[in-house]
Amino acid sequence: MERSPLKKADILLIAGILLAAVVLFCTQWLLAPRGETVVVSVNGEEIARYPLHTAVSVTLEGVGGQNRLVIENGTAHIEEADCPDKLCAQHTAISHVGDSIVCLPHRLTVTVIGSGEAPDAVVS
Amino acid sequence: MTKRIARCGLLIALAFVFSYIEAIFPFSLGIPGVKLGLANLVVVIALYLTDLPTAAVVSAVRMLLVGFTFSPPSTLLFSFSGGVFSLVVMWLLSRTRRFGPVGVSAAGGAAHNIGQCIAALYVLTPASVFSYLPLLMIVGCLTGAVIGFAADLLVQRLKSLKL
Repeated sequence: MERSPLKKADILLIAGILLAAVVLFCTQWLLAPRGETVVVSVNGEEIARYPLHTAVSVTLEGVGGQNRLVIENGTAHIEEADCPDKLCAQHTAISHVGDSIVCLPHRLTVTVIGSGEAPDAVVS
Repeated sequence: MTKRIARCGLLIALAFVFSYIEAIFPFSLGIPGVKLGLANLVVVIALYLTDLPTAAVVSAVRMLLVGFTFSPPSTLLFSFSGGVFSLVVMWLLSRTRRFGPVGVSAAGGAAHNIGQCIAALYVLTPASVFSYLPLLMIVGCLTGAVIGFAADLLVQRLKSLKL
């Protein structure tokens, strides 16, 4: 007798769990506040801030190379970079508070913050 | 009673070996908190072929042993809360008799990760924990289902042994 290891109830249960996870993910993503400003840091030190609502294209000086940051339509992304892996350039555009793009070779990070938010910590 | 002790010992040894195998060949995909959970195979089988106390003892003793051998003791809190949560969920679901080992184990896998995230609330901020939870739940559910398929095959073959 051929017996299926997967009952209908099992499939429904698994689908339910996956659906719950997706719903949890989507609500978090939708509820995350949109940021106002991006902070650019090199080696952990802030070098510049740009408002997210003004379109701009700037070349950032990292350690040993450059990354071009483009802000448009309220989102920020790295348009191009001369680092070896170019992972930062492949990263999708960021706009929610806490989102960040990291270029490890150039020790450069671009992080979205809310309005008038103080940095988490200042190392002097 | 003697049979019970022997049975527990056998299952604990088996679960411990599975943990060892997983410690040598980690299947982590580079995501912290993700693993196949081979040892959970033994817990699922214990739940189906024996009773809740046996499954609980096997799960608890295995975690204690692993916490002092293959992984740092600081991870004990995480594995305990995950293990307890997972066992309770799997026990309740298997008692309804509506689900097979695949569904039960998949739910157990997801519950394990939920339990771990609850423990992580002690050390991390809620926002960072819960942003990670959906991914862990999906992976836990899928690896749990894989373990469930194996458990299903084994339960069919071991049923006649009257463990």
